[in-house]
Amino acid sequence: MSMTITQPREMEVGGKNYLNAGSKVLSWLLTTDHKRIAILYLVSITFFFFIGGLLAALIRLELLTPQGDLMTSENYNRVFTMHGVVMIFFFLIPSIPAVLGNFLVPMMIGARDLAFPRLNLASWYLYMLGGFIALWAMVTGGVDTGWTFYPPYSSTFSTSQVTLTLVGLFIAGFSSIATGINFIVTIHKMRAPGLTWFRLPLFIWAHYATSVIIVLGTPVVAITLLLVAIERVFKLGIFDPALGGDPILFQHLFWFYSHPAVYIMILPAMGVISELVSCFSRKRVFGYHFVAFSSVAIAVVGFLVWGHHMFTTIQSVYAGMVFSLLSFFVAVPSAVKVFNWTATMYKGHIELRAPMLCAMGFLGLFVIGGLTGIFLASLATDVHLQDTYFVVAHFHYIMVGGAIFGYLGGLHFWWPKMTGRMYPEGIAKLAALIIFAGFNLTFFPQFVLGYLGMPRRYHWYPEEWQFLHVMSTSGAVLLGLGYIIPLFYLLWSLRNGAIAGPNPWGATGLEWQTPSPPTTHNFEETPVVTEEPYAYDNHSQEEIASGSGAKPTDA
Amino acid sequence: MSGIQLLPERASEFAQRVDVLFLFLATVTVFFTLLIAVLVIFFALRYRKGSNASRAGAKETDLRIEIAWSLLPLSLGLFTFLWSARLYGEVYGPAPENALEIFVIGKQWMWHIQHPSGIRENNQLHIPAGRPVKLTMISQDVVHSFYIPAFRIKRDVLPGKYSTVWFTPTKPGKYHLFCAEYCGTQHSRMVGTVYVLEPAEYERWLASGGEMRVGETASGTGTVAGVATASLVQAGEKLYNQLRCNACHGLKDDQRGPTHHGLFGKKVKLRDGTTVVADEAYIRESILRPTAKVVDGYEPIMPSYEGLLSEERLLQLVAYIKSLQKTEKQVAEVKP
Amino acid sequence: MVQEQSRQTLSIQFETPEQQTESYIVGMWTFLVTEIMFFGAVFAIYLVYRVANHETFYLAHLKLNVPMGFFNTLVLLTSSLTMALTVHFAQRGDSRKQLLFLLVTMALACTFLVVKGFEYHHKFVEGLVPGANFRFEPVEHLRVAQLFFSLYFAMTGLHALHVAIGVLVMSVLAVLTAIRHPSVQDFVPVEMVGLYWHFVDIVWIFLFPLLYLIPR
Repeated sequence: MSMTITQPREMEVGGKNYLNAGSKVLSWLLTTDHKRIAILYLVSITFFFFIGGLLAALIRLELLTPQGDLMTSENYNRVFTMHGVVMIFFFLIPSIPAVLGNFLVPMMIGARDLAFPRLNLASWYLYMLGGFIALWAMVTGGVDTGWTFYPPYSSTFSTSQVTLTLVGLFIAGFSSIATGINFIVTIHKMRAPGLTWFRLPLFIWAHYATSVIIVLGTPVVAITLLLVAIERVFKLGIFDPALGGDPILFQHLFWFYSHPAVYIMILPAMGVISELVSCFSRKRVFGYHFVAFSSVAIAVVGFLVWGHHMFTTIQSVYAGMVFSLLSFFVAVPSAVKVFNWTATMYKGHIELRAPMLCAMGFLGLFVIGGLTGIFLASLATDVHLQDTYFVVAHFHYIMVGGAIFGYLGGLHFWWPKMTGRMYPEGIAKLAALIIFAGFNLTFFPQFVLGYLGMPRRYHWYPEEWQFLHVMSTSGAVLLGLGYIIPLFYLLWSLRNGAIAGPNPWGATGLEWQTPSPPTTHNFEETPVVTEEPYAYDNHSQEEIASGSGAKPTDA
Repeated sequence: MSGIQLLPERASEFAQRVDVLFLFLATVTVFFTLLIAVLVIFFALRYRKGSNASRAGAKETDLRIEIAWSLLPLSLGLFTFLWSARLYGEVYGPAPENALEIFVIGKQWMWHIQHPSGIRENNQLHIPAGRPVKLTMISQDVVHSFYIPAFRIKRDVLPGKYSTVWFTPTKPGKYHLFCAEYCGTQHSRMVGTVYVLEPAEYERWLASGGEMRVGETASGTGTVAGVATASLVQAGEKLYNQLRCNACHGLKDDQRGPTHHGLFGKKVKLRDGTTVVADEAYIRESILRPTAKVVDGYEPIMPSYEGLLSEERLLQLVAYIKSLQKTEKQVAEVKP
Repeated sequence: MVQEQSRQTLSIQFETPEQQTESYIVGMWTFLVTEIMFFGAVFAIYLVYRVANHETFYLAHLKLNVPMGFFNTLVLLTSSLTMALTVHFAQRGDSRKQLLFLLVTMALACTFLVVKGFEYHHKFVEGLVPGANFRFEPVEHLRVAQLFFSLYFAMTGLHALHVAIGVLVMSVLAVLTAIRHPSVQDFVPVEMVGLYWHFVDIVWIFLFPLLYLIPR
């Protein structure tokens, strides 16, 4: 067999890195460098985060008073719907995978890029197109179905921009799928020599499990939402009972994706936490194998519990019992992770830097969020709590207290690697504390409100509950402030932050064996891995910081 | 200024038992939250970099510990699951025999309640304390959910099929009724008041045809939808004859159609070989889509009443057909 | 002696040509998994409704043109064969035969779409397109018959869309092959398109009996 190989290879030399390799706008918009694409995503998801945050502010403002006096019911319904749509599909689902995952997955496995760099760029454009369409829907009338789009309201009754929003989401789904395919192939096929599965950082395990969920789940919601759009446009009856359809079938299909979707949102954050806790305890993650397997278990069992969103709807109590039992099972791997992270800190050498504060915040808030999920997995209590503010509090504890703390912690941790600059430590710690305080003040009262019986998506409420709402809105002000602060100091640090070396934290991991910021192709020579991950006890901090951990060899 | 409420009232038998379970779960939550929080903070301080606490014996893994802290949440979970599932099976399971059956029609954006005596109310529900109440509910448009926080009871109300829930109110008073499934513009105004009355007072309310005011209306736009002149069953009988159902459905099975006498609750054999139980859903479906479940031995010749009958009228027919029992018990139950 | 000629440009992110080839193939299979979930969901919807409304679905499906559907099945099966031959000749480096069979595959795919067009036209004429002008006898089955046809058009329409996309991709591939573009010097692109095409064929193999051959 004869083979002719032409290999274009460039070697970056001194001073050039991925940020300054080409400064024209087109060099960014047509880039195939996974790191540049990560930065493109960083900018766009930050934009959508603040849109979603603005919508949240409007909600909390309206709920200061029991009457619906700030805006009409029609507008309020649009505001909370768009808050959910933007935050879930255009912020949470892409956030860690598209920013940190894109940046780090190739680097952590010793590769020069992802398997399909052009597909990666396409995924960003699909995300932007979907986001643009969703925003267009927002400014041309908005959508008022709730982010769950339940028919028959969404298919037959709503007169808002449902179809347009669904088209935007359908397109964004392809962005997600593209990222998932890219990660799966990259992690399977492009690990550096010596990097066996059980030598992978847990961040990689988490992203692998997430990608499996993306690939299996997203197409189901895509077709389901597409059918609702078709129903609306062509006046068909697929979920409309007046035409023989079953609205509960929609709910089954919708939640078949949307429950695993919450694991798409939290697993990457868990991956970040593993990296943060081990680095700032200077200790290998306790029970590495168990944490790795937990990610896979969550992905698998997570596909079997969707019915717990429908306990008050489904006709069969036995079906409800099956889903409830499985929901208790899916809680176990998450608990295992929390215990293992805590045990990692035992007899470690803890440094309370800002990313570590974020990780610790995650631990506390994720425990509350996860355990309040148990109230909902438990059938009898769910009858009372379903569709109340208890559910709202529960998922915000996980998504904001958990996922966003994971995102922020990761952003700070890898900021020096991505930008070559350190963020200002003091103010970062302050921001983390403000966020923690503001978050609890915002969402803890909502547990109480939920148990009292306040339903979700309510524009009006009985006046005896106003005190709790005032507390919650005050917290939201603090929380909003807490999120704005990093925007300023992170931007500030780009010009004025201390110059960061290759490994300011003394962390293990192949990404820290490259310059900060890295060159376009990451590694001059493909590293060969000979050690277990998180080998903190094998080397002193100085050794790790100077890069004598991994041994590069001729490719 | 209204007082600060932190716990909801408990006004049903079920509420009592749910609250115990809730308290257990809250305790578990507080326990584990404190445990993790305390450990994390304690470790962060004691094992701070540079501290002289001993790091000797730091392990990386321990199979026994992993098994232990996997089994612990698993067993707590199983225990909770079993406890909770039993409760759930009761409240969504069959109601007791002596339950007062009330019908609910949800529609954008109000609750229409139909008592067997014929009394109709909107956004209000008057029920006696101490007696089980069974709600049979349906929506006229989108998915709603009937929620009484003080009873810890909720059930989604669906278009096209009946859903049921039962409970036993224990404490007289006024309680919130909410719609708990987003249903469009006025979702948060689809609220009402549940009045639980002492049995004697309830009898008086019934006798007044629902006119009697019980305290003032606290919330919602509750009104009494008029004094009924006929009970649900009587209205159903009238409609049944008006629509000439009796032309094919007589006292006995005959060539045109099977009888409705003694039908409710029985097992019915269908043409395709399967059997179904003749419950409210079956009766409603057979009126609207008679070809869906054709009885064995008959031709699908019954005309469909799809689009010709409101949910309210369907309830009347269902109530009447239910009443066609051999015993007089159902008929005696209803007060004119 | 058969020789596999492989002239490929190694992209910068890959270490070896084998890694590159395997990555593309694994990537394509992963994409096909997403397509399986996509079609699988709509099949699940169809099955749920069919079980609940078997009689009406049976009556409604009698309006479908089984001979046309069967013909289309044969057309697609044949096209899978010609596609497999396209890949075979690509692996051998015989670009003439590769191009020939690719064009035959495209012609068969277009035949499928034309027949489908005729079928859809018939439905339109007979008033079986769901919407305001839908008509069906006996009238108590109309509601659910409309549901059947909604699903029929949704499922076969999505499938036809995938066939059309396949034709588009194949035409690009044909043009690139004809002008000997470097990106298609390797058999990998053809193999990927081949995988996609076989998948499209398999979906039809399920669609046809599910929709056209409902037992009494």
